[in-house]
Amino acid sequence: MKAMQARVRKLLEENKIDGFIGLKMEHGHPAPFMFSRENLGEMETLVVGDVRYPLNKALLKVSGQYPDLTFGVMVRGCDERGITELLKWNQLHRDRVIPVGVACSSELAQLCECYKPYPSDWVVGEKTEGIAKSKRLQKIEGMNQKERLSYWLNQFNKCIKCYGCRDVCPMCFCEVCSLEDRNFILTGKLPPENPTFHLSRAVHMVGRCIDCGLCEEACPSNIPVRTLYKKINEIVKEYFDYRTGESSEGKSPLNLLGEVTLELSDVNK
Amino acid sequence: MEYKTVLTTCGYCGCGCGLYLEVLDGQLVGAQPCKTDSVSQGGLCIKGWNVHEFVQNSERLTKPLIKKDGQFKEATWDEALDTVASRLKKIKEENGPDRIAFLTSAKCTNEENYLLQKLARAVVGTNNVDHCARL
Ligand code: SF4
Ligand code: SF4
Repeated sequence: MKAMQARVRKLLEENKIDGFIGLKMEHGHPAPFMFSRENLGEMETLVVGDVRYPLNKALLKVSGQYPDLTFGVMVRGCDERGITELLKWNQLHRDRVIPVGVACSSELAQLCECYKPYPSDWVVGEKTEGIAKSKRLQKIEGMNQKERLSYWLNQFNKCIKCYGCRDVCPMCFCEVCSLEDRNFILTGKLPPENPTFHLSRAVHMVGRCIDCGLCEEACPSNIPVRTLYKKINEIVKEYFDYRTGESSEGKSPLNLLGEVTLELSDVNK
Repeated sequence: MEYKTVLTTCGYCGCGCGLYLEVLDGQLVGAQPCKTDSVSQGGLCIKGWNVHEFVQNSERLTKPLIKKDGQFKEATWDEALDTVASRLKKIKEENGPDRIAFLTSAKCTNEENYLLQKLARAVVGTNNVDHCARL
């Protein structure tokens, strides 16, 4: 924590950044906040813990308002993947973002089943091994097709259409969202079209989802949406050899133009 | 340049979900569930997620309106309160207190709801008190 505070203070004092999006402990809760030269006195309230907020989303709001300024942001492995993709999608400028890293605790890495629970560089935490294959996903894949279908339909039936999964998602930045298309998703109807609503969101997370898990944490109905997107990421890796946010090279799958032939191997399993 | 979040309680219903209002240079730009809130535990319904929208909405009523000749007209608070008080008084005198009902609100505090039922029972003399959370 002290190391993070010192790094942020230095970046601000040396004019490397104009603001730092992090978490501030206030009223006993860690809350998203921007530290700046004007409030340097509050640096001691900057905290790092296992409670996570979509800080990149806050960064987009602030940098959208101040495109000529440079901002720092606290990043974990997932957030760094997010920055990489947001740069590719032209939502941020490379010279205008300075990430300051945190390596996640092994508890958090286990909970997330994160394949890379640390960013490329960090000032807080220690590197712990990533988890290659999600057990939650394996469990669902262990079901036969009929069981799997009824499992998901039952889960999606619990949806109260709060749009929390989308609203919290640091990779959902579109101005117009298909999930609000009145011809497609009817208003005043609960649960939303099953499985159209959830599968649409899943498809739109191709090349976007950085597996932060904030969506599942925000879901008041405890729908395991993260597991669904983990599967999406697996498919994207398998068919496009693309790991979302891993590298600044390579085109995001939904941006590929031209002919692509895909063979689906296990649809009838 | 300032970006901060303000911890508050959702005003839309009686559940009392904890949320943060996101403030950028004095303007509300979003709402977020408070993840460490013991009641809502990081979840919100669609109203909570959009709670910031009504505050600065240009269509928000900021003055009382009184209907005159079938049209709503802006009025002062004194005029509005006088109109309500005299009409309620008239109804009570002509038809009795049980012709009046009080609907309280989840947007109010416990204390404000207490005061409204007190007004209903002690001043007007009716037990017709209900709450919007039952709708
Ligand atoms: S895990 Fe959920 S919130 Fe995070 S990027 Fe993927 S879809 Fe968005
Ligand atoms: S957060 Fe959960 S309940 Fe809300 S829209 Fe998403 S899946 Fe449905």
